[in-house]
Amino acid sequence: MKTIITLFFALLFSISAMNAQTRYFTKTGTISFFSHTPMEDINAENNQVTSFLDIDSGEMVFAVLIRSFEFKKSLMEEHFNENYMDSEKFPKSQFKGSIVNINKIDFSKPGKYEIQINGNLTIRGETNQVETSGTLEIKESGEIDGKSTFNIDVDAYGIEIPKLVKDKIAKSIEISCDMNYQLYKK
Amino acid sequence: MALPMINLIAIMRMKNQLCSIVLVFMLTGTISRSQSLMDLLDEETGNQVEYTTATFKSSRIINGHSIERMQAGQLDFRIHHRFGTLNSGAYEFWGLDQANIHLGLEYGITDWVMIGIGRGTYQKTFDGFVHFSILRQSSGKKTMPLSLSAYTTMAINSLKWENPEQENYFSSRLAYTFHIMIARKFSERLSLQLSPSLVHKNMVETLLDANDLFSVGMGGRFKLTKRLSINGEYYYVFRPQHSTDADLFYNSLSLGLDIETGGHVFSLLITNSQPMVEKGFITETAGSWLDGDIRFGFNISRVFALK
Repeated sequence: MKTIITLFFALLFSISAMNAQTRYFTKTGTISFFSHTPMEDINAENNQVTSFLDIDSGEMVFAVLIRSFEFKKSLMEEHFNENYMDSEKFPKSQFKGSIVNINKIDFSKPGKYEIQINGNLTIRGETNQVETSGTLEIKESGEIDGKSTFNIDVDAYGIEIPKLVKDKIAKSIEISCDMNYQLYKK
Repeated sequence: MALPMINLIAIMRMKNQLCSIVLVFMLTGTISRSQSLMDLLDEETGNQVEYTTATFKSSRIINGHSIERMQAGQLDFRIHHRFGTLNSGAYEFWGLDQANIHLGLEYGITDWVMIGIGRGTYQKTFDGFVHFSILRQSSGKKTMPLSLSAYTTMAINSLKWENPEQENYFSSRLAYTFHIMIARKFSERLSLQLSPSLVHKNMVETLLDANDLFSVGMGGRFKLTKRLSINGEYYYVFRPQHSTDADLFYNSLSLGLDIETGGHVFSLLITNSQPMVEKGFITETAGSWLDGDIRFGFNISRVFALK
């Protein structure tokens, strides 16, 4: 009986220990976007992105508060929230996906690894599939740096661009992510 | 025989207890395991303060200030224009032959302090103001039902003295206005503002007129589309009963249409006020809507990012 119990405990602890060591997170991730047209370049940055990464399953999730995007021109920021993103109605954007080739990464060995990401991106309540590539850098300190850049079409998320500013806002927006993950302990 | 029996029961009990302990552990294990990344994400991003923005499209409802102000490092160049009165008839092209203008430069020192200077046709007035944002409407982690601003402005009448032969003082040219602005964005479309005000004039026309006039401004906007809103504004002035200006002046009532196009906001409006500075339109509106003393006008705001 005793042995069984000890075994149980050992098993339980090992499970919880395994759990704890596969989850990484950040609350200060950076997501920026860039819109380029011959008339005007627009970019904005959000340094308060929350993201979790499970290095066991490859699962990753992101939450982005739209109001946290910062523009150089504050009026532009206001219009972004008010006229284009409806931030009051849709305060948050989300990404839920996974690193497809997670098995090929040796997390015990520091270095830079190419990754393939697949998932669903929700902006303004509209969800679309996103496939992109990026890099994971395993650092000596145990932190993981994740980077990726991809493009999205504003049309796909129901973002209307009025005729008057059509020449100033690109139809395809470049999104860049830079996440510095740390071990999630809780 | 009795002793071992008791022992057995005791052991059975212990076993039960242990079993339940193990069970509890297993359960907690599965619970923590089943907490998905999505749940964790919601937990971590849960409650944040969300400040209400864009209560109004620009720093004016029509004539009076709104709680909106320039953010730090932003400069607003404003051109306000009022034509003559509609009832001046065809000879004056229903007022369009006459022009009154007010030019202003307004700048955000920080996100909550804005200053501005201006010059207007009415009484050749120079003016300057400071606008402090004290409370910001917010929801989420911190709930604040309304926004509150304090505003003060000074106007300098620069007309030549009527009686240059007598001794005139510069201080007689000055008038001050103080506003407390209380606003709430009720919905994406509807915003309302209340502006209790005090206008102080260093010099008034007659002994019967008060140097201090209290008034209350009411204004609001209703958004028709994302870039189009209709605005209304009314100032009720509490005048002393026997003052001469009670017969001369009316309360200011204005209706407008705000059109926003990127860095510009155009306001097309009709009003019975010719002056565009506070002490003027609040206390010296000479036109009456009922008599047709209605003026067409517009405000243009162009914002430059200096920082």
